[in-house]
Amino acid sequence: MSTWALRRLGQAVLVVLAMTLIVFGGLHAIGNPVDILIGDDLNQQERLAAIARLGLDQPLWRQYLAFVASALHGELGRSFVYQEDALRLILQRLPATLELAVAALLLAVLLGVPLGLWAGLRPAHPVSRLLMAGSIVGFSLPAFWVGLMLIMVFSVQLGWLPASGRGQTRAALGVAWSWLTLDGLRHLLLPALNLALFKISLVLRLTRAGVREVLPQDFVRFARAKGLSPARVVLMHVLRNTLLPLVTVLGLELGATIAYAVVTETIFAWPGTGKLILDSINALDRPVVVAYLLVVVLLFVTINLAVDLVYRLLDPRVRLAGAR
Amino acid sequence: MNPTARPPRPALPPEPPLWWQRAQDYARSRVALAALALLGLIAAAAVLAPWITPQNPYDLMQLDVMDARLPPGAASSDGAHTYWLGTDGQGRDLYSAIVYGLRISLAVGVGSAVVAAVVGTLVGLLAAYAGGRVDALLMRLVDLLLSLPTLLLALMILAWFGKGITNVILTLVLLEWAYCARTARGQALAEMQRDYVSAARGLGLSATRIALGHVLPNCLPPLMVIAALQVARAITLEATLSFLGLGVPVTEPSLGLLIANGYQYLLSQAYWISVFPGLALLLTLMAINLVGDQLRDVLNPRLQR
Repeated sequence: MSTWALRRLGQAVLVVLAMTLIVFGGLHAIGNPVDILIGDDLNQQERLAAIARLGLDQPLWRQYLAFVASALHGELGRSFVYQEDALRLILQRLPATLELAVAALLLAVLLGVPLGLWAGLRPAHPVSRLLMAGSIVGFSLPAFWVGLMLIMVFSVQLGWLPASGRGQTRAALGVAWSWLTLDGLRHLLLPALNLALFKISLVLRLTRAGVREVLPQDFVRFARAKGLSPARVVLMHVLRNTLLPLVTVLGLELGATIAYAVVTETIFAWPGTGKLILDSINALDRPVVVAYLLVVVLLFVTINLAVDLVYRLLDPRVRLAGAR
Repeated sequence: MNPTARPPRPALPPEPPLWWQRAQDYARSRVALAALALLGLIAAAAVLAPWITPQNPYDLMQLDVMDARLPPGAASSDGAHTYWLGTDGQGRDLYSAIVYGLRISLAVGVGSAVVAAVVGTLVGLLAAYAGGRVDALLMRLVDLLLSLPTLLLALMILAWFGKGITNVILTLVLLEWAYCARTARGQALAEMQRDYVSAARGLGLSATRIALGHVLPNCLPPLMVIAALQVARAITLEATLSFLGLGVPVTEPSLGLLIANGYQYLLSQAYWISVFPGLALLLTLMAINLVGDQLRDVLNPRLQR
């Protein structure tokens, strides 16, 4: 187990390093940093001095090492627009994005698992067929359009829910959260639903497929033959074995959700990292873009790693297969 | 077994050609057939756009600002024609804009998917044939691309290369080839174990000829399915990026940009500017997804009766 964990950790570090290489390479691909960082009004002497001060006269691999070293110290430069530390700017906005992503995942599980279970237990039922057809629509719907439709129906026409912002927030652990107040929850519902729609379809289909696979197996028949109540068989035996693969998918989806929050945050004016990165791309605020990419990649790789570890702990079959 | 001991075969009617059997398999699902018809209709509308629309939505001379934000069914101010789906904020006939937008969406989607499929297939074949370090390096690259969220990578590439439709297509190709590469490699590895490849080797054919002439044709069915579904992915991504303002220019709105433009009028009850382009996009994507799903079932050898 520990050798495996170490190897997996090594892989994760390699991915992060590869990403720093790509981000750094990207920085150099688009133009000479000298032109961007140093003004035109300097004479040749001052220019050379500035280049030396910024380390731009060093060979490229040296510059890359310096970039990685400062990244490790959390120094990713200052935002051109906000005149603030880029990393701090990202970290300030991250809780809002995480809150949205976790809320969306919760919605996906709370709606997707029961519906998928129902569709798996009664595959021929008209409602199940309707659910499956609905999930194809859910896959095909462009997320940004759904967001607009949600605003149109629930905010403009019906006037039930607010269309933008986080609403009232309450501080916990030094961070402001929306889900701790009723007004905040009302603001959270529409964007979370928007972000969750694709995932609900995904979870529904996965749960259904899993249930269909588990149902005919011997241990389910045995549990039935033992005379256990149908509810107990479904909840304790079928569902438990179905949910296992879902752990992996949901873990991976959390990372994707953070990335796709860019769209939802733009529509619902949710003050998270997604809106920040979009504004920064449009304003060519490069330090913020770099900081965002590195933070998200790091987050994503960490989540993947955690999912892999948890999965091995949960499923003895994977553990044993790896030990051989 | 002694072949002469076999009972004589009864005379069978000649089998219909393989493509006809597949077509019949496909037609078994009414929904898939309807989706195919819809897709044909959408493609025809996109190709014939200039002949079936009352105005050219990209020609600013033809737009009348007086006609801005008219509801569906309103007549134009010069009385020449009716805006069946209403007009947008600049007085564009929405029906014309949608048909022209479909043109951009389909061109971007099909174009990038085809290029990505060709590149991915060749890379996959190369990896399968070369093996060893080349294979490992290429597949790690594929793993890296597939493990990160598409939208994140797209934002990253666009942040470096800048906005614009050419860069969007480039981004789509860069992101999508990896799927085809992985599938092509797996298929090619399986095919290379088959007898006909050994036979071709025995005949002394060159590796290139075996790879392209013998292995490749047998890898094509699953790759075609992936390419079809990638068209839908590419169209969604293009629309999303255009919606975020990173794609097509404002003077030539694609469906995503039309929807984005309608966003600002949504609160003033002008729902149609966002709703109709979105419905067009939804129908296109659903048609492609349904056709792709059915193709997967028809072309999957494991499901064959």
